Amino acid sequence: MWQILIMVGILLCAIMAIRAQRLLVSALWLAGSSALVALFLFLLGAAEIAVIELSVGAGLVTVLFVFAINISGEEALAAHPLIPRPLAWAVIAISGLLVGWLMLPGVDVAAPVLAASDLGSTLWQSRSLDVFLQAVLIFAGALAMLGLLADGKKAEVEE
Amino acid sequence: MTISIPVIAGIVILGLVGIGLYALLAVRNLIKMIIALQIMVKGVLVAFALAGRLRSDMALAQSMALTIIVSDTIVAVIGLALAVQIRRHVGTLDIKALTTLRR
Repeated sequence: MWQILIMVGILLCAIMAIRAQRLLVSALWLAGSSALVALFLFLLGAAEIAVIELSVGAGLVTVLFVFAINISGEEALAAHPLIPRPLAWAVIAISGLLVGWLMLPGVDVAAPVLAASDLGSTLWQSRSLDVFLQAVLIFAGALAMLGLLADGKKAEVEE
Repeated sequence: MTISIPVIAGIVILGLVGIGLYALLAVRNLIKMIIALQIMVKGVLVAFALAGRLRSDMALAQSMALTIIVSDTIVAVIGLALAVQIRRHVGTLDIKALTTLRR
C-alpha cells in the first residue's frame, strides 16, 4: 500500500515539475520527486544510494536550480511545443513498449545466488576507476561553478 | 489484490523515463530541459536498484548508481552554467531562438 502511494507521489511530482509555469515552482516539484525517489530506493533495499540521492538530488541540485533561476530570471515562453504533441506521444509510446518488452521478462527470473559483497569493498576494489572518474567529475563541476561566478563578477565590473 | 515491489518499480521507471522524454521533446525552456533530464535519470536510478535487487547484487548496482548520481549532478551544473551564459548573451532561454549557427 505504501509503495503504491509513493509511486503515485513520484509520478505526480514529476508531472507537476514539467507542467508548472514558473521555473522556481518546477524546481521545488523536482525536489519533492527526488525525496520520494530516495524513499522508494530505500524500500527497494538500496539504503546507501537513497541517502546520497536525498542529500544530492533533493538538496544540492535544488539549491543549484534556485541559484541559476535567480541569476537568469523567470521567462514566460510560448506554450507552443518544440515538436507536434502527437509525434512526441508516439515516440514515448514506442519507447515505453520497447523498454517494457525488454524489461518484463527479467522481472520474474529467479535471482542467481552470488557471493555476498558490501558496497565499500565493491566500490574501492572492483570499481576503483569509477571512484577516480567521480573525483575528476566533481573537480570539473567545481570549475564550472567557479567560471560561472567569475564571469558574473567581471560583467558587474564592466557595467 | 497486492502488487509486488518489482512491478511498482517497473511502473515508476517507465513513468519517470516517459515523462522526462516527453518533456525533452516538447519543452522549449533550457532550464526546464535540464529538469526533464534529471527526471529521466531518477528513473534510471530506480532501474539500477531494481536490477540489483533482482540479481541479488545490490553492492554492484549501488556502486554504479553512485557514479550515475555524480555524473548527473555535474551535467546539471554545467547545463545550468551554460543556460545562464546563454541568457546573458542571447537574452532568452528559448531554444528556438538559438539559431546563430544556422546562418
